[in-house]
Order: sequence, then structure tokens, then C-alpha cells
Amino acid sequence: MNADMMTGNLAAAWGARLADVDYVPAFPITPQTEIVEALSVWCGNGSLNARFVTLDSEHSMMTAAGAAAATGARVFTATSSQGLLHAFEVLYTIAGWRVPLVLVNVSRALASPITLEPDHNDVLAARDSGFLQIHAETCQEVVDSILMAYRIAEDPRVCLPVMVNLDGFYLSFTREPVSLPDPKMVQAFLPPFRPTHLGFKASAPHALGTAVFGGATYSYFRHQIHLASMNALQVHEEASVEFERLCGRRYDVVEGYRLDDAEDVLIMTNAFASKGKGAVDAARAEGRRVGLLRLRMIRPWPADAIRQALQGRRAVAVLDQNLSPGQGGILFQEVAACLYHEALRPRALCSFIGGLGGKNISEGEFRAIFEQTAEAGINGQGIGPILLYTEAEHREMVQLQVLAGGLKS
Amino acid sequence: MTWQRETFKKIKQIPREEHVLPGTALCAGCGGLEALRLAAKVLGDDVVYVNAAGCFTMLAAYPFTPFKGSWLYTTMGSAPAGAQGVRDALDVLIAKGRLSKEEDLKVVVLGGDGSTYDMALSSTSGAITRKLDFYYFCYDNEAYGNTGMQLSPATPYGARTTTSPCSLQHPSGTTQEKKDIFEIWRAHKPPYIATVAPRYPLDLEEKFARASKFTGPKLFLALSACPTGWLYDPGETPEVAKLAVETGLWPLKEAINGVITHTYIPKRKPVEEYLKLQGRFRHLFEPTRQDEAIRHIQARVDDYWKQVNV
Repeated sequence: MNADMMTGNLAAAWGARLADVDYVPAFPITPQTEIVEALSVWCGNGSLNARFVTLDSEHSMMTAAGAAAATGARVFTATSSQGLLHAFEVLYTIAGWRVPLVLVNVSRALASPITLEPDHNDVLAARDSGFLQIHAETCQEVVDSILMAYRIAEDPRVCLPVMVNLDGFYLSFTREPVSLPDPKMVQAFLPPFRPTHLGFKASAPHALGTAVFGGATYSYFRHQIHLASMNALQVHEEASVEFERLCGRRYDVVEGYRLDDAEDVLIMTNAFASKGKGAVDAARAEGRRVGLLRLRMIRPWPADAIRQALQGRRAVAVLDQNLSPGQGGILFQEVAACLYHEALRPRALCSFIGGLGGKNISEGEFRAIFEQTAEAGINGQGIGPILLYTEAEHREMVQLQVLAGGLKS
Repeated sequence: MTWQRETFKKIKQIPREEHVLPGTALCAGCGGLEALRLAAKVLGDDVVYVNAAGCFTMLAAYPFTPFKGSWLYTTMGSAPAGAQGVRDALDVLIAKGRLSKEEDLKVVVLGGDGSTYDMALSSTSGAITRKLDFYYFCYDNEAYGNTGMQLSPATPYGARTTTSPCSLQHPSGTTQEKKDIFEIWRAHKPPYIATVAPRYPLDLEEKFARASKFTGPKLFLALSACPTGWLYDPGETPEVAKLAVETGLWPLKEAINGVITHTYIPKRKPVEEYLKLQGRFRHLFEPTRQDEAIRHIQARVDDYWKQVNV
């Protein structure tokens, strides 16, 4: 199969094009903009038979997206960072409508201070919205995950919107070889969207998003969202098998890298997992028995798969590319929670915070993670949260503070 | 030039069939609901109401709605964007042959003044700029009503709300002037804008009939006399709505492609007659009469009609 060189953003746009979406409401934001630019060109020249419309904000954009999906159209949209947060209440609202659209989020750290490079505080803030979340490591995985996302979202057992996440800059603007699935294959994988439970029409009026009085009715509907989200684990598995059969590429809810005989395991997500894999190789070359577990699906939380991958390990380090001030790493908490009932749980759990605002994680920092994690496993005592920050970075920061007049040199 | 009604000349021409059925959770005497009931007689049942958070959100409370048409609750700040999504999707599905033309619906935004004048202004501006084919029905009760009457940009000078109370510092209560949303809409050049009042049913029905001939944004500002918030007996809604118009405070008008016509020229009773009916203006009359504030309100109305030049 031929591969084309393309950025993560273009791969995302191709995902929407191959899914033959009907409607693309858009709003620009760095580093996502290239996605909607590509789609506007394709909608304009007819290579994608969809309506493209620019809205006045991400809040309006997500509302239009949800409303169009509620009317029966297959909808794609994309945003990033501040845009995702600007649309925040709408995420919850349209998840409650049970509309199966796909939203690509190109991760970018949140203000303030305002910046452009990635971390995952944006996407993880939305983890309780009812959207499913798939986090991609490569440009290939972006396009493949979007196709899988539509199939999962539209499954009658799920009927929930899906967010596909990729890292700004590191993936959005990085060209990688991508082998685009054949449109005929996509047709076989993803049947046309013909929902029976959605659609406004004259002959069958219905009401969506009505008010409820009383907690019992509210609890019922919110719990339905939870159950549907949990169903997505099974539906993802089925989609994964079918995708592999048609395309030859396999994606599971978590991905293990050199886990077989690993004593210690490093947990990561998204594009920086590639750096992590490189660090695992380097550590292995030095004789350390380490491996990496990449979390691909964050919602629903693949607790069983994580438990299975981690049981019997000596120590586990979670490298969170996010920071919940006053708490620490977000994914560390979730990993720790799902290991509580595991009889063979690791002797130590370590929490590292790195890559905030796109900060590089150096080989030295990875080495330090492996060393400290091994030590924690031997001592049976977890550590963290520890912020990854090198001496050189600290010296540069002090220089900036001197320039800013905040410190006397 | 006198404005002539063409479709609705006599009260008997108003269809008897109801499209907003009774038994909702809204307050007795709601002027906004009466205006909607009348509007729906022209809009019919092939409608999807796209609602913004506000009093009317209580219309559709699971498992009931008073409509024979459809309903979509969105958010407080983005109902026009919801209308955009529904309209676009209907167009796309019809164009692709997945929905027959007979299934098409009118898309009608229902928003209060808090949403319309404040939070959804960006979303509305976008929808008008994109020439979205939809109706916008604003029920304007001149305050954030569903939360218990707080100041909104639609609150007029001199009204007391729970966040602009009559105080030593501000004896008149509200000190701002009501935002002119009609002119904000008009600056966007939509094909049709009108103000309506529930006590003037023929005027209201005629305007909805006229609007139906236009493709694009059709905007209605409905005076929603509000017994709960304006503090008068629910039975007096018709009288309050009538005096709002007869004093000249609520001009009945339309703008077709930007050209304004006043559809009813009141003889203009003193504003006092309208103000005195409502508890929200009571502090202007007792314990001490605030002549200056009352004169101010009268002067604003006089200025408006002087500029109208009829």
C-alpha cells in the first residue's frame, strides 16, 4: 500500500473525508486550523459532498454540530485548547442529546500564560462530559481512529459523541507517512449513517433536551450515558477486529510496548509516547527490564485492560502531560484507582509530570524516571508527583526572570 | 403611508386551531406565551423550536410538551447556532434525498431577553450574517425572569429588579436605558424584523404572515408582559400590554429589508398610566413621587416619536 507524507492535521481532515461526512461546522484556532482549511477546500471543489459553515465561536460551532447530528446528518468538527473550553457546556449538552458526531481536538496547553504548544489539560478537562476519548500517537492513527470513532459513536449500543485527540505541533504539523484506507474498504467498515432514534421531521415530531424535574429522572438519563459509554469498550473491540481484517492495522484500547518481561512499566499517552518508546529501547540496551503502556482510549476508561497489563509488575510510573493544581497528574489518579482491587498490584506507583506546554522530555529525564521508578519498586514506596524540569531549563528560566526584572542578577 | 393589513383584517380570520396547547408550567398570565400562541397559528405544526435557557425552557418538561411540532433545547448562548445546525442538516438531507421535501420544517428560535440581548448576541449576529433561513422569537419581559427578575440589558430606566433595586444611591432603580436590539438586528440587514404585542393579535398575525414570504432571518421582538416579574395581577396582562403600546413605550413596527414602518400609531397616553399599573415602578410614585424620573421616561418616549415623525 502506498503511503503519503502528511501532517496530523491533514490526516484528520482525511478521516472526515473518508467517513463521507455531511456537515462540517468550523471555527479556526491554532494548531487545529489546517484541518478546517483542508475541509473547506474539499467541500468547495466537491471532492467531499458536505456543507461547510463557519460559526462565530466554538460554543456556536459545537451547538451547530450537535444540532445537525440530532437532525440526522453525519457531522465532523475540530477544535483545540481554549476553543474546547469555550465550547465546554455544549459538550455536556450534546452528549446528553446522544448524538454520534466526531470532534477532533488538537491538544494545546491552556492559558494562562497563553501558549501554543501541547499538553493534555484541555482534552482531559472534558473527560467527564460524556464524550468518548481516543488519543492518537501517530498521523496514521489519527485517520484510522476517526473512522473507528464514527463506527463506535453510531453503534446503537453507544450513541455518544467521540473526541479524537492529537498533539498540537508534535503531530498536527509533523509530516509522517500515512497510508490512506481505500474508500471501498471504508464503506465496508462504516455503514451509512441512518439513525432511527434521531432526526427532526414533519411526520415524526419529537422533543430533545427537555427539562426534567427531580433527581430521579435526571439520574436515570445521566446513568444511561454512563452505561452507553461502558458499552463502547466492547464496541471498540469489535471495530478493532473488523478494522484489522479490512486494513491490516490493529488498535486496542491500550497498547503495550516491550511489556512481556518488563519489571517496571511507564504509562504515557499521545505523541510523546513515541519518545517514551525510544527511551524504553535505550533503557533495555542498558539492561533494564522496562516497558511502556500507552493509553489510547481514555473514555470509557479501559480499567480491565490496564489492570491486566500492570498486574505483577514491580513498579509503575505514570507520566502525565497535564497538571491538576493541588492534586497532581490526572491519569495517575485514574490508574491508581483501578489498581486498588488488583491482588497482584505493583509494589509502587510513581507520578511524573512532564511535557507541559510542549516542553521536551529529554533522554536524561526518561533515565531518571526509570531509575527512580525502579528504586521505588524496590522500596515498595511510591513517589511523586515530580515535575520533570532540567537544570539547563531552570537556568534559562532564571535568565528570563532577570530580563523581566523580577529578580536581581 | 398607512400600514395596511392584507391577510388578517378581522379577528374572525385568526385560525381557531391551537398549536400551543394549554397546561404548561409557565406562569398564569404570561404575555410571552400568549404571543407565542398567536404566532403559532401562522407558523403551524411543521416547526422545530430551538430553545435557549429561559422561562420558555419550562415549556418542554419531560415527558410533556405543549407543541405538536418538535423541540430542541440548546444552551442560553447558542440557540441561533442550534438553528443553524438543524437548518443546514435539513437542507443537506433533503438535497441528498435522505429526507423528502414534505418532511421539511420551519426552524424557530425561542429566546428570552437575557439570551437575546446578552449572551446569544454573538450567535445571533453570526446567524443573521450567514443569512440563515429561520425565525427568531424573543419573548421580552425586560429582565432575567426565570431566575427571579434580575437586571438585563432589556430592563428599562426606572424599573426595579432584584439586582437594580430602588436604593438611596439609585432611587429610580434601573439607571440604564433599554438596549435597542431592534436597531442592532436592523444593522445586520435581515429581510424582516418586527415588534409585536399580545394585545394586538391582528397586527401580530399579519406580521408572521408577511415574514413567511421571506427567506432568511425573520426576527420578532414580542412584548412579554410579566405578572410575576412586573408585579401586577395576572388578569391584567392584556391591559398592561395594551398600555405599553398606547403610551408609545412599545412601538409596533416592522422593518422590511431595513425600511421601517410603524404599524400602529398610538395616541400616546401619558406613560404614568402604564407605570402605575406595575409594582416594578411603584417606587416612582410612593412613598415619594419621583417626578424627575417619570418626566425622564416620558421625555424618552416623546423623543422617540418625534424622530419617527408621524
